[in-house]
Amino acid sequence: MRTILAVVSGLAFGLGLIASGMTNPARIKAFLDLLGHWDPSLAFVMAGAIAVGLPAFALARRRRTAWSGDTIEIPSSTTIDRRLIAGGVLFGIGWGIAGFCPGPALVAMSFGPSAAWIFGVAMLAGMVIHDRPWAPR
Amino acid sequence: MAIAWDLFTPWHALAGGLLIGVATALFILGNGRIAGIAGIVASPLRAVLSRASLRPERTRLWFIAGLLAAPWVWRMFAPLPAFTIDVGALGLVVAGVFVGIGVRMANGCTSGHGVCGLSRLSLRSLVNVLAFMGAGFVTVFVLRHVV
Repeated sequence: MRTILAVVSGLAFGLGLIASGMTNPARIKAFLDLLGHWDPSLAFVMAGAIAVGLPAFALARRRRTAWSGDTIEIPSSTTIDRRLIAGGVLFGIGWGIAGFCPGPALVAMSFGPSAAWIFGVAMLAGMVIHDRPWAPR
Repeated sequence: MAIAWDLFTPWHALAGGLLIGVATALFILGNGRIAGIAGIVASPLRAVLSRASLRPERTRLWFIAGLLAAPWVWRMFAPLPAFTIDVGALGLVVAGVFVGIGVRMANGCTSGHGVCGLSRLSLRSLVNVLAFMGAGFVTVFVLRHVV
């Protein structure tokens, strides 16, 4: 049950990204080109996702256990600090340069263009550089 | 600002967005997890590199498997949409490292803070979204209209 739910969630997420056109970096950059030839599509993707997400999270907040039997884990942090903003700015610069964020990058890696792999491997490296999993904690 | 009517696909965007929303809803109600791609990828990656057990990562790994299967499933029914990149290898490497570090530093990306965070009405996520959207707008402005 747990496995099926997770696979279907991931699959639906990926199909949604493809259907929305957001796996194409050119579409992301067209959205970010606010003062140029602006394509508002990404805003519609966000609106559609949040329209379903709002009631889903409202419901999830009132439950403790998911259908799989796992505990529902909703982030509790409300901290607004320099890391939150600096991280967002760093991410935004990279997003603006390439037109990739993590989800579309993974989907694109799966269907293979080398550019997606160059970006994706660098992204994983960036995550590792930040997390330093080898460091003692 | 001029709307690019030749590129704008409101109905596809909305339909894809609704499906992403369904996926997010299914993952939180079905598996009890936030569908934030950065965290879903970074967590098992960290476990592998620190030689920790992958057992707690199973749900995330299955989600990733579904995500990676998506283009192959899509291709059984329709051709994949266009894929256009306008930066070279160096730009991709710099962008990738920035995205990787940035999403870990802020603990979320377009999905975790964007879709899930805004759906939870989290002010923390809204601040992050404004930071990355703002930085994205400025970056593309500089690259396309200044440099």
